[in-house]
Amino acid sequence: MGVEILMPALSPTMTEGKLAKWLKKEGDTVKSGDVIAEIETDKATMEVEAVDEGVLTRIVVAEGTEGVAVNSPIAELDGGKPAAASAPAPAAREVSAPLPEAEDHAAVAEKGAKERPSVPASPASSAPEKDWGPTKSITVREALRDAMAAEMRADADVFLIGEEVAQYQGAYKISQGLLDEFGAKRVIDMPITEHGFTGMAVGAAFTGLKPIVEFMTFNFSMQAIDQIINSAAKTLYMSGGQLGCPITFRGPNGAASRVGAQHSQCYASWYAHCPGLKVLAPWSAADAKGLLRAAIRDPNPVIFLENEILYGQSFECPTDDDFILPIGKAKVEREGTDVTIVGFSIMVGMAMQAAEKLAEQGISAEVINLRSIRPLDIETIVRSVKKTNRVVTLEEGWPFAGIGSELAMQIVENCFDDLDAPPVRVHGLDVPMPYAANLEKLALPRLENVIEAVRSVTYR
Amino acid sequence: MPADATPFKRRPKITTSKEMQMGHNALLRAYRDMLLIRRFEEKAGQLYGMGLIGGFCHLYIGQEAVVVGMQAALKPGDQVITSYRDHGHMLATGMEARGVMAELTGRIGGYSKGKGGSMHMFSREKGFFGGHGIVGAQVSLGNGLAFANMYRNNGQVALAYFGEGASNQGQVFESMNLAALFKLPCIFIIENNKYGMGTSVERASASRDLSKNGSPWGIPGEQIDGMNVQSVYEAAQRAVAHCRAGNGPYLLEMKTYRYRGHSMSDPAKYRTREEVQKMREQHDCLETARSALMAQGITEPDLKALDDEVKAIVTDAADFAQTSPEPDESELWTDILLETK
Repeated sequence: MGVEILMPALSPTMTEGKLAKWLKKEGDTVKSGDVIAEIETDKATMEVEAVDEGVLTRIVVAEGTEGVAVNSPIAELDGGKPAAASAPAPAAREVSAPLPEAEDHAAVAEKGAKERPSVPASPASSAPEKDWGPTKSITVREALRDAMAAEMRADADVFLIGEEVAQYQGAYKISQGLLDEFGAKRVIDMPITEHGFTGMAVGAAFTGLKPIVEFMTFNFSMQAIDQIINSAAKTLYMSGGQLGCPITFRGPNGAASRVGAQHSQCYASWYAHCPGLKVLAPWSAADAKGLLRAAIRDPNPVIFLENEILYGQSFECPTDDDFILPIGKAKVEREGTDVTIVGFSIMVGMAMQAAEKLAEQGISAEVINLRSIRPLDIETIVRSVKKTNRVVTLEEGWPFAGIGSELAMQIVENCFDDLDAPPVRVHGLDVPMPYAANLEKLALPRLENVIEAVRSVTYR
Repeated sequence: MPADATPFKRRPKITTSKEMQMGHNALLRAYRDMLLIRRFEEKAGQLYGMGLIGGFCHLYIGQEAVVVGMQAALKPGDQVITSYRDHGHMLATGMEARGVMAELTGRIGGYSKGKGGSMHMFSREKGFFGGHGIVGAQVSLGNGLAFANMYRNNGQVALAYFGEGASNQGQVFESMNLAALFKLPCIFIIENNKYGMGTSVERASASRDLSKNGSPWGIPGEQIDGMNVQSVYEAAQRAVAHCRAGNGPYLLEMKTYRYRGHSMSDPAKYRTREEVQKMREQHDCLETARSALMAQGITEPDLKALDDEVKAIVTDAADFAQTSPEPDESELWTDILLETK
C-alpha cells in the first residue's frame, strides 16, 4: 500500500526542475512536515516536505538529476494511508495540464463577449422620459440635499459621512440642515483620513448599510481609490455574488476656478474604466435630485460626480415626492438634425449654448446629456447619430483614454456607416491645470471650440 | 532569534482568572481545529505542487493557534476579516473545508464559484468577510464591520487580522484613530510572524513592540504568545469583553511564526533552517496543546481518533476540489453588478 511522492511545482509556470538533494534515505521514517528533499529551478531552491507519514521505501529519482518533470514520482512511502488521497487521480492530472493556448483564451473571451448580457440599466432607452408633473426652480445644491434627505427619511440604513458634512454643514453646504434633521448618528464628520474612512464605509456597506461618502472634492478620492476599486467594485465578483456593496461616493469633480492642478481634475474616465462601478454625472437640478436618489437606492457602488460651479445654478425640478431618474439613461436635452453633441455635467450647459449659437448660423444641433457614464446609454447616442450622421463629444477631462475616446470608438463600432464625418472630440487640454486666469481659460473647453468642432464635422 | 530574547512570553502584569481559562473540552476542540487547519494546509501545499492550485497560495502552517484561540471567544454574528493568508481563518469560522479547497482549485463548488481563489473567499453566514489581497485594506474594512455593529447597536464585535508587515500601512493607523474616535467594537489583531514576505520585522518597523501601535489613541494593547492557543483564548476574552462593553477597540499582537514560505514560490532564504526547526520543535501550537491534553489525561487512542476524523475531512475536501467542475463560461459575466430593484 505505497504512496507515491511526486515532484512538486514551485509555481504555476514550472514544468520541471532539478532534484538537488535527498535529506532522507531509504528506510527512514518520515512524518508529515519533515523536509525530505531539496529541489531547484532556475529561480529558486525549495524544500520538499512530506505530506504523509510512513517509511521511505524507495527513492525513484536520484539526487542531482536534472529535468525532473512536475508530478512525476520521485519516491515511495510505505506504511501511510491508502494511496487514494495522495496520488493524484487521473482526472487531476488532466486538469494540471498546461494552461490553454492563447487562441483558446481569445475564443473564450470572444464567446463570452457575444454572450454578454445587454446592459441591464437601460431598459427603456427608447421610451420617452416620464412626465413628473409640476416643477419648481431650485439650485443643484438644494436638489442634492433634498435627494439625500428624502432617502434618509425612507431608509434608516442610509447615512452620510465625510469631512465637514455635519457641524460645518458641508464644505460646499450640500449637507445643510441634515445634521439637525437626522442627528449625529447618521450625519457624521470624519477626520481628514480619506483612505481610512472610505475603507470603513465600504466595510459597513458589506454588511448591508448604505453609506453616502462625501469627498470634499473627487481629487481627494485618489487617497482612497484602492478601497473604491479593489474593495467596493470587485468584491461582488470575487465573492461569487455573495457580498454586494451598496454605497454612494459623491462630491465635486473637475475644474472649479483658479484652484490649480491638484484640485481641478475630471475623474470620469478613471472610474468609468472599472467594471463593478456605476458612474453618474448630473448637469441640472433634476438630474442631481433624480440620479442621486437612484444612486443611494442602487445595490452597487456608485460614483456620483458633481460640479462645484453648478451647485449655485437653478433649474426646474419636479416637485413630486417620488421623483427619481433611471441609471443608464441619457437625455436628449435639445433635438436637432445636423449634428449630435454629447456631453456630461457642466459641459451640457456649454453644449446648449453652442446649439443656440449654431442655430443662428443655420446648423441644427442635437444635445445629449449623458447623465450616466457607466452604464453608457449607447442606444440613445446611436439613434441620434443615425439621424444627424455627425458627432462631437465634449468633456472637461483630458483626451487620452478619455470619455470622448470611448464614445467615438463605440459610435464607430455601432454605426460607422452612418457617419458622414469622423467624430471630433472637444476636451480639456493635455496639461496639468494652470493657475493663471488666462492659461486656465485656455486649458478648458470653450464655446468657440465646440462651434469650431461642429463646423468641422459639418464641413461648413 | 536575534531581536528579542524572550519573544514568546506574555507580559507578566496581565492576570487571568480561572474562569477565563480554556476547559478540557474547549482545549480538545481547539486542538482538533488547529489540526484541521494544519492538515488542510499541508494538503493545499500538495495540490499546489501538483499544479491543481494556481497563482498565489499563502499557507497558515505554524500560526493555527491564533485564529482558533480567537474564534473560541466569539459569538455567532461576530465578524472576521483578514488578508490573503486566510485559509485558517475560514476553517476556524466553521466554513466547510470542501468549499475552501474547491475555491483553491478554481472550481464551481468553491465559496466564490471559483472566481475568487485562495485570497478571496467570503461567508456572510459564518461572519467571514474575506479574504483581501491588498495588504492593510482589510483593516479599514474591518473597522467598517465594527462601525456597522455600532450603528446597529447589536453588541457584536469585529476582528480585523493583519500581519506585522501590514501594520506599517498608513490606513492601518488611520483605522486605529477612527476606531478610537468612534469607540468602534473592533479588535485589531497583528499576526506577527516576524517576516513580511522576506523582510524581517526589525528591518520594517522602528517599533519593537507593535502592541503599542494603538497607544497614541489610547487603544489598549497586549503582546501574546500566539503559538499557545490557551494564551490566545484568554487574551481574546479580555479583548472581546472590552469591546462588547462599549469601551472601543483593542489591539492584540500575536507573536507567531509561519513554517512555510510567504507563498508557495518563496524559497525562504531570509531565515535559517535552524530558526524554523527551533520554532517547530519548541513552540509548535499542536505539540503544546497535545502535551496539555495528555497532562489532563487524554489518551493516544483519543488523539488518534481526532487525527482520523480530520484526515477524512481533508481527504474528502481534496477529492471534492478535484471533481467539482470548473465554472461554466457564462460565469464570466455574472456577479459584476447586482440587479437594481
